[in-house]
Amino acid sequence: MEASKKSRGRFGIHGGQYMPETLMNAVIELEEAYNRYKDDKDFNDELNRLLNEYAGRPSRLYYAEKMSKDLGGAKIYLKREDLNHTGSHKINNVLGQALLAKKMGKTRLIAETGAGQHGVATATAAALLGMECVIYMGAVDCERQALNVYRMKLLGADVVPVESGTKTLKDAVSECMREWTSRIDDTHYCLGSVMGPHPFPTIVRDFQSVISKEIKEQITEAEGRLPDAVIACVGGGSNAIGAFYNFIGDKEVKLIGAEAAGRGIDTADTAATINTGRLGIFHGMKSYFCQDEYGQIAPVYSISAGLDYPGIGPEHAYLHDIKRAEYVAITDEEAVNAFEYLSRTEGIIPAIESAHAIAYAIKIAPKMKDKIIVVNVSGRGDKDCAAMARYRGEDIYE
Amino acid sequence: MNKINIADAFSKGKAFIPFITCGDPNLETTKEVVYSAVEAGANLIELGIPFSDPTAEGVTIQGANERALKGGVTTDKIFHMVEEIREKVSIPMVFMTYANVLYSYGIEKFAKKCESVGIQGVILPDVPYEEKEEFDSVLSVHGVDLISLIAPTSEDRITEIASEAKGFIYLVSSLGVTGVRSSITTDIGAICKKIKSVTDVPVGVGFGISTPEQAAKMASTADGAIVGSAIIKIIEKEGENAPKHVGEYIKSMADAVHA
Repeated sequence: MEASKKSRGRFGIHGGQYMPETLMNAVIELEEAYNRYKDDKDFNDELNRLLNEYAGRPSRLYYAEKMSKDLGGAKIYLKREDLNHTGSHKINNVLGQALLAKKMGKTRLIAETGAGQHGVATATAAALLGMECVIYMGAVDCERQALNVYRMKLLGADVVPVESGTKTLKDAVSECMREWTSRIDDTHYCLGSVMGPHPFPTIVRDFQSVISKEIKEQITEAEGRLPDAVIACVGGGSNAIGAFYNFIGDKEVKLIGAEAAGRGIDTADTAATINTGRLGIFHGMKSYFCQDEYGQIAPVYSISAGLDYPGIGPEHAYLHDIKRAEYVAITDEEAVNAFEYLSRTEGIIPAIESAHAIAYAIKIAPKMKDKIIVVNVSGRGDKDCAAMARYRGEDIYE
Repeated sequence: MNKINIADAFSKGKAFIPFITCGDPNLETTKEVVYSAVEAGANLIELGIPFSDPTAEGVTIQGANERALKGGVTTDKIFHMVEEIREKVSIPMVFMTYANVLYSYGIEKFAKKCESVGIQGVILPDVPYEEKEEFDSVLSVHGVDLISLIAPTSEDRITEIASEAKGFIYLVSSLGVTGVRSSITTDIGAICKKIKSVTDVPVGVGFGISTPEQAAKMASTADGAIVGSAIIKIIEKEGENAPKHVGEYIKSMADAVHA
């Protein structure tokens, strides 16, 4: 049997609530609160006001003419989530969850972060809404994203470097779950991706789906039709599900997720879950995970701290199963090349995460004459400059 | 050998239940620790199958998991060790591990192995009531009890969890993860009373217990006390010399529980 009949929050066989009993009433309470507020007019008015006036939505859909001409194929549009306040799509979800937490009477937010973008967004929302904030970040990631650590502290958050396991994103998630079991009453775990136990994959997806809602309106306005492909990078998969969601019913729109291949999917230094993982249960959900033959979670690797995660959100696993979305693997080298290419060609420095999506667009655009591609630029790349310089053998001071 | 049941552990009074991570620092030592635990008066043994990312554990047991995996322990090697232990040990034994360890091995294959080597139950801290059927429906066919956990936050969930519980109920004494605590503030008595109103399945209390006084107090309101981190600390310190020291510690704890 693939799942228990009482299990909630399934996407095909994936998802569920594989959580310690200590947290079950907390996730049930969260689900009830979400169901109460998601269609509440006052809640949505307040959220939309914040998204528009504070975060700067809607984000632009920009026709990358120079890049399109240079590649000589498809017309490429860039969804500019990098222009949101705090520099990435993460703010969409965080404002929603922080507002919800406040309605639930919570006064403290905890969150994991990989690249630091979700941590910065959470620290920002906490500052704005007057909440206490603690961010858990792998010690390795603290080092490679030092600028974001400083930003979080500046915003008033405590940043806890996680020293367990591989000292990266997966360990930060584990530590958050541990911390949440010890303090539930006043604390909301502001999970940053479409992963973890139900209801998180659904809540985060709903808050991120504003991305595809806007793309649909904007591309229809600009081109009078839907795009042929939407490309987004995938770690846990929040920006990708946000960019895909409103197109799932439009079968003519190809949905493509770019996973981090690290040093290559034929090496151990990879984080490409769909391409190298298999079915498992971890961090509250059934989905695909990079793991060994005994189910020990693999110490994955990617140059991108935000994609350096051994699993993928359950809805992506489902979209893969039913072949509605395709998941491709992009290496460090391809991503760094794309990072530099977009900077030079369009004057846009993308996050190294987003550069994985750009890299795939660079690969397929020349073969797609007269077609339209939308690439989700999920974040800005300022945070990555020092690491990219290092990758190219140059040491710069941050 | 007669068929072993979890109920055996509680049949002669209160139970003392030690937890040991398999393969920390190696399986040979684990075996010896089990023998000395049995000799010292343990009534049921909880054997941890290490997992790379044990999200319900505090730093002490996390460390044990890490050391064991670094030493190359695997699920198959642990089954083999249990088979050897069973030649000498007749008290019930249960595994404590995480959902993915079973799922990856194959729940059916895992259940069959448990049955053949003599494991009576499995504790999965990341499988709550809502998800248990997936595992329980297979384990029960092979006579292996999936142990239910109840936490201080379970409240209105206690009745439904307890009414379907098998083997024993693992009552989590405190919020948070495993680890030694100076005091336990949860009203264990009130939770036990609620459990006892719907089931006769015995209740073992775990998380945070390290002293004979704490163990005696927990066992006086419940049916048994579970101790993990305090034992792991001794193993961490003593390494291959741990069996003797763990035996002495367990004797003091078991005596307090049985008194």
